[in-house]
Order: sequence, then C-alpha cells, then structure tokens
Amino acid sequence: MNPKPKFAMYWAASCGGCEIAVLNTHEKILDVDANFEVVFWPVAMDAKYKDVEAMEDGSILLTLFNGGVRNDENEHIAKLLRQKSKILVAFGSCACEGCIPGLANLSPVGEIVHTAFNTITTDNPHEIYPRTTFDVPEGELHIPTLSKILRPLDQVVDVDYYMPGCPPESHQIAAVIDLVIDVLHGKANLPPKGATIGVGNSTVCDECPRARNIKMIKEFKRIQDIAPVDPILCILEQGVPCNGPATRSGCNARCPQAGAQCIGCYGPAEGVMDYGARLITAFSSVIDAKEPDVIEKILDGIPDPTGQVYRFNLAGSLLKASQDAWRVK
Amino acid sequence: MADNFEPTIIGFTCNWCSYRAADLAGTARMKYAPNVRLIRMMCSGRLDPTFVLRALSGGADGVMITGCHPGECHYIEQNYKALRRFLLLRRVLAGLGIEPGRVKLVWASAAEGAKFASETTLFVEEIRKLGPLNWGKAVTGLENLQEEISKFEEVPA
Repeated sequence: MNPKPKFAMYWAASCGGCEIAVLNTHEKILDVDANFEVVFWPVAMDAKYKDVEAMEDGSILLTLFNGGVRNDENEHIAKLLRQKSKILVAFGSCACEGCIPGLANLSPVGEIVHTAFNTITTDNPHEIYPRTTFDVPEGELHIPTLSKILRPLDQVVDVDYYMPGCPPESHQIAAVIDLVIDVLHGKANLPPKGATIGVGNSTVCDECPRARNIKMIKEFKRIQDIAPVDPILCILEQGVPCNGPATRSGCNARCPQAGAQCIGCYGPAEGVMDYGARLITAFSSVIDAKEPDVIEKILDGIPDPTGQVYRFNLAGSLLKASQDAWRVK
Repeated sequence: MADNFEPTIIGFTCNWCSYRAADLAGTARMKYAPNVRLIRMMCSGRLDPTFVLRALSGGADGVMITGCHPGECHYIEQNYKALRRFLLLRRVLAGLGIEPGRVKLVWASAAEGAKFASETTLFVEEIRKLGPLNWGKAVTGLENLQEEISKFEEVPA
C-alpha cells in the first residue's frame, strides 16, 4: 500500500476557533486520519519546526493555514509551509482577509503593545515591556517581532484556495474533506486554483429567510437597543446595520436566523473587490433622506463606521490599514 | 519636496451635467489646474465607493466626485445616492486616517463651466496643502497592486 498523503494544519495570528471548527466535524475527523498522515498540527500534536524544515519540498499534500501574518515567526512558517506543501489553503477569515485581528491595523503597533501591557486593567507597576532579544549566559534569546500591520496569507505567499468564515462552518469543512478524499481516489477534480471553496456563490441575504420589503431607513440602531427583534422582518429594515448584502453565502444565514445581524464573517461575496465599499453602497441606498444634515444625523446611528464595514475585512481591503498604522516608523 | 508637489487627482463626472460643464470649460478656454484626470460615468449614482478606494490605494492624492445638482438628476434621484455614499465613505475614510478633505463632492450643471474650473483649481490647492498621500507605494507596492487589481473582473451587482 502506498504511504498515506500528508496533512498539516497551522495557526498563525488566530484564536484557535478554526481548529475547534475542524474538530466539530465529529466523526468526519476520523476520515482525515484514515486518509491522511497528519505530520504537523501544533494544536493537536507535538511537532517541531525543524521537523518540517527537514521535509522534502512539496511533500505535504494539503495544508490548512489559519490565522493572519502578524510577526516574523508567522511569516517564516507561512513561507516554509508554502515550500513544503502542494496545496495551501487559506483557512478561515484571518488567513483569507485578516478578520478581527486585522482590526489592529487601525492602530500603530506601539499603541497596541502599550494597551496590552500598560493600561488600567493590566497590573504592570514597573512598566516591563517584552523585548524581542535578550542575552542570557547560554546565548541570545529571541521572541517574534510584531510587524507594522497584519497581513492575510495571500499578501505573503501564493495561496491555492480560500476557505472563509469565522470559523468556517463545520458542514462546509466536512464537504471539503469529502471532496479532497474523492480527489485522492480519482472520483473528482480539484477546483481551479484561487477558488473560494466551502461557500455559496451568492450573498447571505439570498439565504436569509426573513421577509423583505422596500427599505426606508430613518434611523440606525444597535441591536441591543431594539427589543424585541421582529422575528420575521429583515433586520436591516428594522434599522440595524446588517452586513448580509455584501457578505458571501455559505453559513445558511445563521445569525439573522437567530435574531442577530450578519457581521460579515464569510467575507466579500463573489466579484466584490472591496467589501467595505459594497456595504457603504448598500447602507447608503436604504437611507431615506435627501438633505445632507438629515443624512449625517442618520449616519450618526453607526458609531464606528470603519469597524462596521470592515469588521472582518480590513487587512484584505484595498486600503489594508489606517494611515496611523503603516506610516509608523 | 512640498514645493514641487503636483497632486494627482481622479475626477468622476456624470455624463449629463458635470462632464458637460468640464466640456464647456474646455471650449470656453477657461484656465484651470491640469491635475485632474476625469473619468466619465453615466451618472454620479454609478459611483461605486470601490472606485474611490482604488484611486486612493493606487496612488491618487485626492478624488473629486461631481454630478448634477440635487433635483436635476437625469435618472430621477441617483445623485442623492451619490451624496449618501459620499457622506458615509468620508466617515469610513476618517477612521482610516485619511483626511476628509481628500474626497470632495461638487454639483455642477452643464452650464457651470466656470464653477467646474474654479472648484477644480480650489481642490487642487487644498490637496497641495494636505501633501502627497502615497498610499499604494507605501502599503502594497504598486506592482503588486496592479496585479491584484487585474485579478478582479467587475460583475453586475
């Protein structure tokens, strides 16, 4: 019998939710084990970077890479896994488009470190900050250096497939695992390079069962300020900025079905170049006002417009980061 | 640097009013700043904010959006949509640290060649004061950006 093809999964700047989503495929995970040899998966098993470095180029068949690239360690492993893998998948919203960690691209890196180590919730009376290098008798120690901005995987290395979602839905992961196994057995073909897999081809609104009429918004509200949320009516029509119109389908509109607005974790819909721009268009179209001052007053109902339209997508957007973040010396 | 800085400005004009205004300014030989590259659309309502973001990320220092006066749109009320997009876009750009003055909305009718010319010159001077934006080079590297842009094809919304 031929040796089983090799599988790797890595996390860079991410929360670990993507691995949980993989485990949430329940017994499907046994199919992964039956068909693949897992060679590198830091969350699930012990492996060293030097083991990966020792592998032959292209010897790993499938690598799922989740998390954005935030420091030099992430970048090193991204390049290493690209070199060692035949198929590299940007797995989850962080690797595809930056996700929540990408919102840090609104702030300069010094401010981020300061917030983490020296604000009122942090007990740091001696103002001790991490250093990236430190001399000890045994030699010099290093910890990873933060980069100016977080980058999605495809801004660092060539990516074969994208699988968005925060995290990707487990039924979508299961379908992709099935597809890969079918490909291994010669029963199916791989999608074209650069494809977005495990998703629908429309928008969340298309999958959303809520009733839609002509939208005439006189006031934007936050979801916690409307009670109760109408269980039938479109959430955007109720005045809550819902990111469904710009967001790719694939999740079966889970959030709107549960009575909350779509926050956009599946990323831009097919053919959308800039997610935020599409949402600006969507929100602007439904505002029922013609006078600039009235429009401004309605827009005041969206307290953080940049965060609203780029919640999951800032690092992958056209502008990628705020001026404060990338201009920092 | 600041002394010989010539702003690069992308101007979006609508076919029925502001493009005619620019045309009139040209035929009447009015002098105005040559920094604006005009792109004609059928209507200011066609202006997808993506165009503005692409211009800024691709090296433009400012973007001028022009259209018919309120109430005079040839497609009934699409210029109000342009107005609302402009106002929301400006807020989003402010969150990204881009001065609100870098994007400007001007109404100009087909007869207002003089207004078009003076507003353009005024905008160029305002951008000159703000200085270069240089977004594309600094964040992405222009070569990569062009490649990235060519990956996309516009599809009907």
